[in-house]
Amino acid sequence: MLDLLKEPVLAIQEFVVLAGRAFRNIFRAPHYLDDVILQMDTIGVGSLVVVVLVGLFSGIVMALQMSRALAQYGEVEKTGTLVAITLARELGPVLTAIMMAGRNSSGIASELGSMKVTEQIDAMRALGTDPIQKLVTPRLEATCFMLPLLTIIADFVGLFGGWVISVVKLHLTSRLYWNSAWQALEWNDVAQGLIKPLVFAVVVSLIGCFYGLRTTGGTQGVGRATTQAMVAATIMIFITDVMITEFFVSQGAS
Amino acid sequence: MQENGAPSIVRFENVTVSFEGEAVLADVSFEAFEGESRVILGAAGSGKTVLLKTALGLIRPDSGRVLAFGQDLGAMRETELFDIRSRIGMLFQESALFDSLNIEENVAYPLINQRSIHCPAREVHGRVEQALDFVELGGTLEKFPSELSGGMRRRAAIARAVVTGPPLVLYDSPSAGLDPITAHTIMALLIKERDTAQTTTLLVTHRYQDGNLMANFRYNSKNGRLEPAREADGPLPRTTFMVLREGRLIFEGDQDQLESTADDYISKFCKRRE
Repeated sequence: MLDLLKEPVLAIQEFVVLAGRAFRNIFRAPHYLDDVILQMDTIGVGSLVVVVLVGLFSGIVMALQMSRALAQYGEVEKTGTLVAITLARELGPVLTAIMMAGRNSSGIASELGSMKVTEQIDAMRALGTDPIQKLVTPRLEATCFMLPLLTIIADFVGLFGGWVISVVKLHLTSRLYWNSAWQALEWNDVAQGLIKPLVFAVVVSLIGCFYGLRTTGGTQGVGRATTQAMVAATIMIFITDVMITEFFVSQGAS
Repeated sequence: MQENGAPSIVRFENVTVSFEGEAVLADVSFEAFEGESRVILGAAGSGKTVLLKTALGLIRPDSGRVLAFGQDLGAMRETELFDIRSRIGMLFQESALFDSLNIEENVAYPLINQRSIHCPAREVHGRVEQALDFVELGGTLEKFPSELSGGMRRRAAIARAVVTGPPLVLYDSPSAGLDPITAHTIMALLIKERDTAQTTTLLVTHRYQDGNLMANFRYNSKNGRLEPAREADGPLPRTTFMVLREGRLIFEGDQDQLESTADDYISKFCKRRE
């Protein structure tokens, strides 16, 4: 029994150590600004199209679904309110983060995993650089910067999708839609909608790096690390989502 | 201590390294002195690579001490090890060039990133060109590792290992997986580096002919070729052979002792001298 527990406990310990060192390096020289910008481009700009599509379709689907439910109460004009609240609080941050987990946690894990099995990580240490400083911290910084931005974009594109449905299918006026959407949002929703992507960014980047750096067993190991990173990141996104939502709810600020 | 009292460059004292409870290096002790070449033979999985990585401080021993340039690596933090590592060049088994960087950036990497090297930015390009000329890869600066053949990648990796002029160079199976002609070219470069820069060398290999070249040939800088080492041209290269078997050091001695050994495992590695 103890042996069964040993491995997960050791893995958690390793993860905490990695996270601690990655965060500490943010405040320590040398800073690899070039790498941060490169990662912002890969992680952020590279994910833009997929995030826009996910945002758009989730807004469209929300408007369609909610309008049907609201019609039962004769409140179809509140479609904007529901789309705005669900997007800002939940769907925007969570769906964007899940897309990032699928695209970037796995991408980071396979890149670092390949470097690990071809001894490039060892070479990096041999040539005077700390792999965590050079590889992990820039990915953490870039994701923490880009994921909230992408979430905001997804939210707005989602609202746009909801507007298209409201106008074309539900025959609401633009003014009504945007007014109800705008008035629905409180600072708490915005805060929740921005804190979540920040926490998810830490999850997405560090889990990708963690599984990448502990890859063993050649190319097969790289494949395994990639899958594990994506699955673990997705699960952790939901777990942290519950925790943050529960925090906001229990604060009475939901 | 050597006869003349010079301190050793690398020293292993009863070093044991284990992975998941299994010893991959068991109670290994040896010393390498300045200018000496050590040829480390052994089958796959005998601990050769682990030995080199331990010498570089990439792997920490479970027991025993590893000293490089007189300093105990076990007592140092990772950041302190960077200074020691800047004096050691390492050629990794599969070259380990960074895929995302071109050859120039790869070779420049230690010059830029090793803090104790202090190479001014304007000198980097010249030194990279010089190192690439040394391995006869002058025209490949802009190319990426994936665009080069296996032998060329190995040569670029040698350039990266020696660009800082380290006094100690570690080579992990430099000729593995290469055709005989390319393997000979690589060995010629190793000997050239040893003889022109007077480096101490640890060479891990499973090919006895690599060790034989190391022990009996020297680089002639006039015609740029290898030739048999003769006493008339100066002191012969000092080469010691070591054989590892399942993590244990089972032989340490010169080529004559190696060839005259009765041990079955050891004699499998050595052919008669050419």
